[in-house]
Amino acid sequence: MDKVYSRSALLTDNVMHYCPGCSHGTIHKLVAEVIEEMGLQADTIGVSPVGCSVFAYNYIDIDWIQAAHGRACAVATAVKRLTPEKMVFTYQGDGDLSAIGTAETIHACNRGENIAVIYVNNAIYGMTGGQMAPTTLLGMKTATSPQGREAAIHGYPYKIAEMVSHLDGVCYVTRQSVQSPAAVRKAKKAIRQAFENSMAGRGLSFVEIVSSCNSGWKLSPVEANRWMEESMFPFYKLGDIKAGTPAAI
Amino acid sequence: MANIKGTITVDVERCKGCGVCVGACPFDVLALSSEVNGKGYPFVCQARGEACTGCANCAVVCPDGCIEVFREICKK
Amino acid sequence: MQEVKLIKGNEAVALGAIRSGCDGYFGYPITPQSEVLETLMELRPWETTGMVVLQAESEVASINMVYGGAACGKRVMTSSSSPGISLMAEGISYLAGAELPCLIVNVQRGGPGLGTIQPSQADYFQAVKGCGHGDYNMIVLAPASVQEMYDFVFDGFDLAFKYRVPVMMLSDGIIGQMMEKVVMSRSRARWTAEEIKQMSDSWATVGKPQTRARNICSSLELDSQIMEQRNLALQARYEEIKKNEVRFEEIEIDDAEYVIVAFGSSARIASEAVSLARAEGLKVGLLRPITLWPFPSARIAELAGQAKGFLVAELNAGQMVEDIRLAVDGRVPVIHFGRMGGMIYSPDEILKALKEQSNG
Repeated sequence: MDKVYSRSALLTDNVMHYCPGCSHGTIHKLVAEVIEEMGLQADTIGVSPVGCSVFAYNYIDIDWIQAAHGRACAVATAVKRLTPEKMVFTYQGDGDLSAIGTAETIHACNRGENIAVIYVNNAIYGMTGGQMAPTTLLGMKTATSPQGREAAIHGYPYKIAEMVSHLDGVCYVTRQSVQSPAAVRKAKKAIRQAFENSMAGRGLSFVEIVSSCNSGWKLSPVEANRWMEESMFPFYKLGDIKAGTPAAI
Repeated sequence: MANIKGTITVDVERCKGCGVCVGACPFDVLALSSEVNGKGYPFVCQARGEACTGCANCAVVCPDGCIEVFREICKK
Repeated sequence: MQEVKLIKGNEAVALGAIRSGCDGYFGYPITPQSEVLETLMELRPWETTGMVVLQAESEVASINMVYGGAACGKRVMTSSSSPGISLMAEGISYLAGAELPCLIVNVQRGGPGLGTIQPSQADYFQAVKGCGHGDYNMIVLAPASVQEMYDFVFDGFDLAFKYRVPVMMLSDGIIGQMMEKVVMSRSRARWTAEEIKQMSDSWATVGKPQTRARNICSSLELDSQIMEQRNLALQARYEEIKKNEVRFEEIEIDDAEYVIVAFGSSARIASEAVSLARAEGLKVGLLRPITLWPFPSARIAELAGQAKGFLVAELNAGQMVEDIRLAVDGRVPVIHFGRMGGMIYSPDEILKALKEQSNG
């Protein structure tokens, strides 16, 4: 029999610390597969955030920089400018990228840094125990919105992917998910496109992956994926937001 | 007519029993075990292995990279 | 023939950066140090040495760009003034925790808060006690001339890479803004990728070849036992620095009965006060700490056995004076003389304060 699927050689032997069914594991796997398939292990520098995926460096066998909370895009900016021949990407959650790191994200996008941003949006703060994120849906219950998010108190969830798509430095914005085999295959293509853009110097690529946090949402992994399809996707619509065209230079 | 036969191996100790693969299988091959692994998780196993086509959907959605997929095309 | 230029302190930092083989400067405008970034943008070193210069969106971004560049084994730096350094405090702590070398220039202005754009030395505590969280120190160099603002870029990078620690050049608005001649004798090229690999292969994130384990630049460690070991290793390195790197300058100290201690711009004014005192027959000397951390505590303790008293002149409410008192340990009086809010003392005023002490 022929082997048709196995773990990427770039995934380390460490068992991931993520909860059962967490999307981070699947996305890590895709990142590792794409780097391996592009032959970029020796030419990739990843920047990990603060949040559940802070330990991304334990799982993908490449050089990593662990950034201060929210600052991954600033860190990656310098890495790419100082080593432009390398593929540089950040891996960030919704708290890191769209709350505390909004300024660094927007300005890296606006400067058109030749980096790829993998943005994992599960609408909640996983690591600190399920508090409200900027992306938490209205009515959604979290540790800091226990009666459900109310616009009058907490403001509205926001779509940073759409926001950055308006910036000239950004060449590619897409929103994907990883809850089904078809979705995973599409997400992988998007990550590959983003990494190719970084290598080709086309500007910043922004890949949002709408994800589940079943522990934070207090659902089983399978229920969480179903809830994500029913509740998250109508607000965070999947698909390309800005096509992979080079930025106007 | 070609008959496609598949099978999987599961890294039982790595599996966390999330069950995402079970729903991803188009042929209802997979189920979670009644036993648990060293970490206390039930793990995925082939309840109806004869139906597997080696499509790899289970491995593709597995967050922990526990599944390897094999496939054979037998000509009748 | 020597190349000599008449330039501002801030311009000296910019020229020092280009000629010291700096790979990247990341900064944000703030008075009174904006000429650093302005000069670099004017000179466009990316077209000559290949040095990257970037105006960031904030000091927070600047220091995190420095963090990223330092992680790649590059000589990288930033400059700012007091409120901007406060914004960088978190990033400096991360740099120290991840053991990354870099140079941070603080051209101090008066505080607290937005304060004033006039010069001050009120960031002494911030610089030498570690401005961010956690147990760490930076090497702190205090220039007293435009020449030293040029030279300390070289020295700063050398020390940063020797010990893999952040180094701060603690200047102020006087030296940053004033013009003096600078002998531009020192110059060196940027490191090649091969040189960086040879020096920093064990830690720099330049892409992982098959031949080594992956490098991870991080300050995070959740295992308390390992985290304590990391802290102990850092502290051991700091002890090495204290042993090897203390620098100071002495003027008229041999027979001094009274010692003025002053750093940076204050040392210039204090040295004039020493001349005035000597003209009156008073045995007064000056000790100028060049490294504020590590501090010349041992030399001060030694002088406490010779002198009748110390006067610490600094443009703040009394910061370095605490470190002098620790070193003197109560053996002789130590008084503080300072101005704040951008005000500066004259040599006469320092001498008057000293006479009041010696008469009291």
